[in-house]
Amino acid sequence: MAKQMTGAEMVVEALKDQGVDLLFGYPGGAVLPIYDVLFHQEKVRHILVRHEQGAAHAAEGYARSSGKPGVLLVTSGPGATNTITGLTDALMDSIPLVCITGQVPTHLIGSDAFQECDTVGITRHCTKHNYLVKSVDDLPRILHEAFYVASNGRPGPVVIDIPKDVQFSTGTYTGPRNVHHKTYQPKLDADNDAIRRAAKMMAAAKRPIFYTGGGVINSGPAASTLLRELVSLTGFPITSTLMGLGAYPGSGPNWLGMLGMHGTFEANNAMHDCDLMIAVGARFDDRITGRLDAFSPGSKKIHIDIDRSSINKNVKVDLPIVGDCAHVLESLVRVWRAEAMHAEKQPLDAWWKKIGEWRERKSLAFRNSDKVIKPQYAVQRLYALTKDRDPYITTEVGQHQMWAAQHYHFDEPNRWMTSGGLGTMGYGLPAAIGAQLAHPKSLVVDIAGEASILMNIQEMSTAIQYRLPVKVFILNNEYMGMVRQWQELLHGGRYSHSYSEALPDFVKLAEAFGAKGIRCSDPADLDRAIQEMIDYDGPVIFDCLVEKNENCFPMIPSGKAHNDMLLADLSDDAGVELGSIIDEKGKMLV
Amino acid sequence: MNAPLTPPSPYSSPSSRSNVETHTLAVLVDNEPGVLARVVGLFSGRGYNIESLTVAEVAHGEHLSRITVVTSGTPETIEQIHHQLERLVPVHKVTDLTVSARSLERELAMVKVRGKGENRNAALQLGEAFRARVVDATTESFIFELTGKPDKIDEFVDLMRPIGLVEVSRTGVAAISRGPEPI
Ligand SMILES: Cc1ncc(C[n+]2csc(CCOP(=O)(O)OP(=O)(O)O)c2C)c(N)n1
Ligand SMILES: [Mg+2]
Repeated sequence: MAKQMTGAEMVVEALKDQGVDLLFGYPGGAVLPIYDVLFHQEKVRHILVRHEQGAAHAAEGYARSSGKPGVLLVTSGPGATNTITGLTDALMDSIPLVCITGQVPTHLIGSDAFQECDTVGITRHCTKHNYLVKSVDDLPRILHEAFYVASNGRPGPVVIDIPKDVQFSTGTYTGPRNVHHKTYQPKLDADNDAIRRAAKMMAAAKRPIFYTGGGVINSGPAASTLLRELVSLTGFPITSTLMGLGAYPGSGPNWLGMLGMHGTFEANNAMHDCDLMIAVGARFDDRITGRLDAFSPGSKKIHIDIDRSSINKNVKVDLPIVGDCAHVLESLVRVWRAEAMHAEKQPLDAWWKKIGEWRERKSLAFRNSDKVIKPQYAVQRLYALTKDRDPYITTEVGQHQMWAAQHYHFDEPNRWMTSGGLGTMGYGLPAAIGAQLAHPKSLVVDIAGEASILMNIQEMSTAIQYRLPVKVFILNNEYMGMVRQWQELLHGGRYSHSYSEALPDFVKLAEAFGAKGIRCSDPADLDRAIQEMIDYDGPVIFDCLVEKNENCFPMIPSGKAHNDMLLADLSDDAGVELGSIIDEKGKMLV
Repeated sequence: MNAPLTPPSPYSSPSSRSNVETHTLAVLVDNEPGVLARVVGLFSGRGYNIESLTVAEVAHGEHLSRITVVTSGTPETIEQIHHQLERLVPVHKVTDLTVSARSLERELAMVKVRGKGENRNAALQLGEAFRARVVDATTESFIFELTGKPDKIDEFVDLMRPIGLVEVSRTGVAAISRGPEPI
């Protein structure tokens, strides 16, 4: 239906037509016309963040926990530049975002006007696509196209930069129907041939493994259901990247735990020794592969991905399958069932037996203490006390993030939100706010570090304003622990600027915001304190004082192969040895 | 033109440069603002080489532009470049014209040469031999216009150097596949 309206009205109309019920934003001169339209309606709820980076991460948390694109609205200049980290984060982790930025009026563009910046220029490298809207006539098409581009194919962030005069001028609005994109039409279904070949390779495998990633989550809940079906039909073991946790249940019988730099012994060794690797929606990132020339040397590899450029980028594969995970998995399940296929039982049993031996190493084990809270123990207790509430977990970045991935288990997709590709400290709290808004009745916990949380702590105000009962569970080790660990391993224990000096009193800080503060340092008191946090109907900052010098194991040191892991028991009494484990070449790597 | 290829991941051993190939890619794009910046940004951001780049609108009504880019890298890198380009939202189609080996490549150059007496004659003779046209002349200079494969132009420019080469303006490579079919 064609209607006459202003550009600003079109923005809000398009949001409604796209089914957006929520957007995160921060006003300023260049978006005031849009804010004025928001004032007059109630369908689209505006959440006022406290920093535009917070808006981007909150939109990510909303998107990842709901499967819908996240939307943010910010002003020109500093408003736009403040979103850069969030946009880059969303690009790296393939999260659908639509970011609307105000721009100075068209005739002032290029004149270094007040709060002008080259938003499309700056964001070109951190968006999937972006637009500068030069005429109100283009605006409806661009708005709808942006949602299409953000959510289809490999999802990602899209920026729409709208000059203020375009927001004021009047034009004809058209709805989202018949958005046919001229150039962008991702392929969803794989060729039947490829599917058949994949099924045959799977049936012939003796030591197979599924290696799955965030693509399965992004593909939607059906992909996870189909993955579970295929795993149970085949009886193959499965591991996943940090991004893919929850696609296959963490309590499932075939689950080997996460793989990669801080993955389990069994997952990494199985990846190294397998004869068939079935990569589903995962991209062979360097945190996963370790040393490339020693990566799973004896295996054939099938790679299912919607992004053709992810295939053969880092690791050459034998059978590329370009398509959407859900579509491809559905075809695989169908073929596997229809032809009653199965892998030979005897070698598969032997493979599982081998995996059982690796599992025996209990690579996530740690030496617990009754004097001081071990961070791993804190996550384990948090898991035990919250798992029955179908919680949503976000994290910041550091050791606590890895401990959360190792010791918190996810039985459903879209429950785990962490900054994987970019590793953005400050992600967790705004992401938790986004997740909480998508799931108002659910328990949402940000497992945080004391350093990371200070990067976007201002968003506590947002939580208070909208009565969002997010829980910030800080594993406070008084160190940028992950940095300290690397300094121990690589730089002779010279802890250059990694001590968290001059920390605030987190309990008082919580109270200053109007939240509840809880502190716990006694393992014996931990359960009670966690329960108090859960029971409190409102936001909480939980200052969990943990062992300061704990290292995160297992670990594949930089430049090493999957079967060359550092295990916790090795490190316990080997402070001296640790420094010599990584060679000079490994130190060059990140 | 750019720095040598950087490995795609910090974990890979530096790629040997022995198997570096030069490929010509034809990229059909929607002629929207910023599309060239996206293509060029892709090359600079990911450390790929650009040896030559030409771009012009080819179908005015349809807002279609054709970018011809000559790049070099290992076969794996070329494959990556191909798929990375394909992934850009406004890109219609990417064709590697070098793979088929059935493509024509041409470049136009204008070459300014300055000289008197014998050098003047030498320049004119060489120009004829290369089928270059004189498009501007003064008593002490010529401008030649020359079309051909890039190495033919290189050759011509090299020959002009001792004679009195002043400057060269080249268009970069335009390429098309042979036969009746479009790319
Ligand atoms: C924005 C940003 N800056 C710097 C880093 C590098 N970095 C990675 S982990 C880390 C330390 C995090 O400390 P903390 O939040 O206390 O977590 P811990 O490792 O102690 O659990 C740092 C500085 C980063 N990932 N992100
Ligand atoms: Mg810390």
